[in-house]
Amino acid sequence: MALFEFSAYQLSQQIKHKKVSCREVVDEFLERIDDVEERVKSFVTVLPEEARRRADLLDHRLAQGEDIGPLGGVPIAVKDLICTRGVRTTCSSKMLENFVAPYDAHVAERLAADGAITIGKANMDEFAMGSSTENSAFFPTHNPWDLSRVPGGSSGGSTAAVAAREAPLALGSDTGGSIRQPAAYCGCVGLKPTYGLVSRYGLIAFASSLDQIGPIANDVRDTALLLQSIAGHDRRDTTSINRPLPDYTAALTGDVKGLRVGVPQEFFAQGVEGYVVDAVSAAIDKLVQQGAEVVELSMPSVEYSLATYYIIAPSEASSNLARYDGVQYGLRVAEPGDDIIAMLSKTRAQGFGHEVQHRIMIGTHALSSGFYDAYYAKAQKVRTLIRRDFENAFAQCDVLATPTAPTVAFELGSKTDDPFAMKLADVCTIPVNMAGLPAISLPCGFHQNLPIGLQLIGNLLDESTVLRAAHAYEQSTEWHKQRAKLC
Amino acid sequence: MSLTPEEVDHIALLARLDLSAAERERAGRELSQILDHFQQLSELDTTDVEPTSHVFPVVNVLREDRSRPSLPRNEVLLNAPEQADGMFQVPRVVEAD
Repeated sequence: MALFEFSAYQLSQQIKHKKVSCREVVDEFLERIDDVEERVKSFVTVLPEEARRRADLLDHRLAQGEDIGPLGGVPIAVKDLICTRGVRTTCSSKMLENFVAPYDAHVAERLAADGAITIGKANMDEFAMGSSTENSAFFPTHNPWDLSRVPGGSSGGSTAAVAAREAPLALGSDTGGSIRQPAAYCGCVGLKPTYGLVSRYGLIAFASSLDQIGPIANDVRDTALLLQSIAGHDRRDTTSINRPLPDYTAALTGDVKGLRVGVPQEFFAQGVEGYVVDAVSAAIDKLVQQGAEVVELSMPSVEYSLATYYIIAPSEASSNLARYDGVQYGLRVAEPGDDIIAMLSKTRAQGFGHEVQHRIMIGTHALSSGFYDAYYAKAQKVRTLIRRDFENAFAQCDVLATPTAPTVAFELGSKTDDPFAMKLADVCTIPVNMAGLPAISLPCGFHQNLPIGLQLIGNLLDESTVLRAAHAYEQSTEWHKQRAKLC
Repeated sequence: MSLTPEEVDHIALLARLDLSAAERERAGRELSQILDHFQQLSELDTTDVEPTSHVFPVVNVLREDRSRPSLPRNEVLLNAPEQADGMFQVPRVVEAD
């Protein structure tokens, strides 16, 4: 088996026991990137010199007998909205095409402290707005399982890199499903942690009451390892939760006896394809065979999630993206004699792509005088109703099992003219962000050789139960051992 | 519900987006579509429902107001589109006497 086929956990063990050096690992992944990147296009920026330099440094420390950390020598792809000092962070936008972050995000610091090696910055939908990575201002990413299809989005570069074995790990961000939906499309494991578990310091903001950074990997153990590294309190994010972290890999016991699995019927309606329903139902049966119990549920407010999301997220985005004014950093477009308003308005019209402008305008309208109560305030109240439905559900069960996405990956270009069809791709993931809950997507079958995702949702800060259930299911199947064919 | 051209102009002005006539026409159409979809929420009675702004009951996080090291000025200015004398440069905003 080639080194690039190894899991992050296996690589860290091989390196620790000096069966292979960090440099050999990095060289192997850089060679893999050279081989497949032209077809997949996962990365906005690949970092060969930086990665090799860092690998040599870690090898040196290892030779000195130092512990180089739980992710020591493991390459990782980082979504290009996470600031990395001295390296371009573009958000896949013309607005930030030449922006070089002067500081590291909290998660980048955590990765460095644990020995991981950032091998590239992953492509995404511009400012994380989209479900296919086709909204990147630079180029679309291709799904490694079928290059004519989208990888999902917005973290499509991150999941494609992991599925194509260009990196064993990746970081994504999830505002309405942007980790889980592309993980499902690319046959990866992707976890959105509880809101507040991972610091957003240095994450370029989209919708601040929803955004969360999370891990992407090829199996549940690697996902738990990466979560352990990035989770934890940070004073620089005022929504960061300050309480002791559990040992996430210790949760991977394989035991789901007595686990109460809630099955909310609303997640199986709303345009979910029959083959998805069948695969997810079979996965639930598998958990039952291992001793779990099924609890049938109804969550009537869930059907209002999409409308609620498309008020709240653009409203917060319109405020967050007001900072792109052509003054402190980023693009500036101005002609001689332009006043500051003209400079601002030209910069924003040319720097932002269509989808970003569209959402800024929705948010601007929803927050404007005379409309605030009808839209933003109303949506926040409906958000409370959605949360209550989840609270009721978790009074009766430990974890919820649903599809991650209603279909498998769709063809590139097939939904770009119908923005609302695209938004339906997130119908099963958005309710989770509304309630701030942790949720994982992992492979549970295939339809026409394309992966299908199972979503397991947990109660607040109960990542351990989510990981335990996901791991028990994964270990009873062979789905995670399948490899994308890259054609 | 359809937005008038004047309403679209007003939104574009508030958002500081200098859009062409064609872009305004498209924006009007797409915004009207999504606003129609939002009407779905009026089916729900939310009279006595508290709004959710954050899922955790977050309170203000305070620290002492004491100066701390920050990024060096030259590093902060590295990304500035235009700078002069160690400052960000913008088109004139105040008229000279």
